[in-house]
Amino acid sequence: MYAVYCLPLILIFTCRSRGIRHRTEYGTPTKLGAEVVSRRKFFKFLGWGNFTAALGLCFGPGLVRYLYPRVLFEPSSIFKAGFPAEYPPGSVSEKFKKEPFGVWIVRKEDGEFYALLTICTHLGCTPRWLGSENKFKCPCHGSGFDRDGINYEGPAPRPLERVKITLAEDGQIEIDKSVKFLGEKDQWGDLGAFLKV
Amino acid sequence: MNEERKGLKEKITNSDIWRSIFRHGYENTGRRYTLQVLQNVWLHLHPPRVSRHALNFRFTWCMGGITFLMFLVTAVTGVLLMFYYRPTAEYAFSDVQYLEFDIPFGMLLRNMHRWAAHGMVISVMLHMFRVFLTGSYKKPREFNWGVGVILLLVTFFLSFTGYLLPWDQLAFWAVTVGTNMARATPVLGHEGPFAPEPITQANDVRFALLAGTIVGPSTLLRFYILHCVAVPLLASVLMALHFWRVRKDGGISGPL
Repeated sequence: MYAVYCLPLILIFTCRSRGIRHRTEYGTPTKLGAEVVSRRKFFKFLGWGNFTAALGLCFGPGLVRYLYPRVLFEPSSIFKAGFPAEYPPGSVSEKFKKEPFGVWIVRKEDGEFYALLTICTHLGCTPRWLGSENKFKCPCHGSGFDRDGINYEGPAPRPLERVKITLAEDGQIEIDKSVKFLGEKDQWGDLGAFLKV
Repeated sequence: MNEERKGLKEKITNSDIWRSIFRHGYENTGRRYTLQVLQNVWLHLHPPRVSRHALNFRFTWCMGGITFLMFLVTAVTGVLLMFYYRPTAEYAFSDVQYLEFDIPFGMLLRNMHRWAAHGMVISVMLHMFRVFLTGSYKKPREFNWGVGVILLLVTFFLSFTGYLLPWDQLAFWAVTVGTNMARATPVLGHEGPFAPEPITQANDVRFALLAGTIVGPSTLLRFYILHCVAVPLLASVLMALHFWRVRKDGGISGPL
């Protein structure tokens, strides 16, 4: 900012110290080394340069900043999903499948929990849990995932994503959708990817 | 180095793309400067010759130009405000609060819009006053005076429609009172003089303004569309006509 404003002043003084005289009439420039710069052209550049710099430096970034609000009215990525006892072992719960939650809460036979995001890894449709066939089946292009979320049929390139599942202080299950654990990156064993009760 | 740069510059300015954008040549002559002004869409507002008195601040007060500047400021800031404002009864007021207190530079933009709007009303009235004092409404400028009077009313209507949009108590009652005056419109208002029998409050001119018989959510939407689309469009067309006629009627009128 400061440099932009100083530059024209430096130019003025360097021109002066070299003893360059400019004629005031337009179209009769004097020679400055090999460059041809008339006084009017120089000051026109100076004036418009300052104007554009001020406008560009203040309003440009300001306008961009204006388009990024400080407060959003979006559902929280963190929500509580009830007590572990509400989920029998070996079950896939669709209780929090609906918006704005969008997760299946799966409890294995050994009592361990994990939460699967209800977004197909092919093109983002919402698969359905088919209990009788023991799989998640996407209605759009036929991708199939087993109850661990592993893709085994159809075009889906990678397993369903798991999200952070912990136990809150009041004993309820807490889901944080902003933290993801990807099976293809071997993150399902990480802390928070599963919940042992 | 210098030669190279010159060659590159010529290559650019002689290219088909450049020449399709800029209709005048690039040679350093007086003719080029004249053509630049005459043939440029942004500069063609300026006549190639301006008389000395037209530049005199004490003669014009620059009020017409300032009015136009204010219009441009309200147009630009208004479009930006539209990013966050929803013209419905449930959201309008909270969106304005959101803009004022949460959005970066929202307060600045809203106040720029508000003050430029106030400034436009003031400067357009002073402009009219100046035109009256200098006798610029006289032949051959009568038509442009008429256009100017309509533009004054259009400016007032822009202000009035914008008044409702914050959707607070001030806005609601101001527009309630303001539109009550429309009841007394001759012929077209149901309480006005010469109103024929079939004109009731459900089909008079006030109804058209309010989209109902009281100020309600449909009024808000209607005023929003008038404020953001219809009236600015009308004002722009009339302004273009106004400025063009200033040129065609012989430029800024001479001193008395």
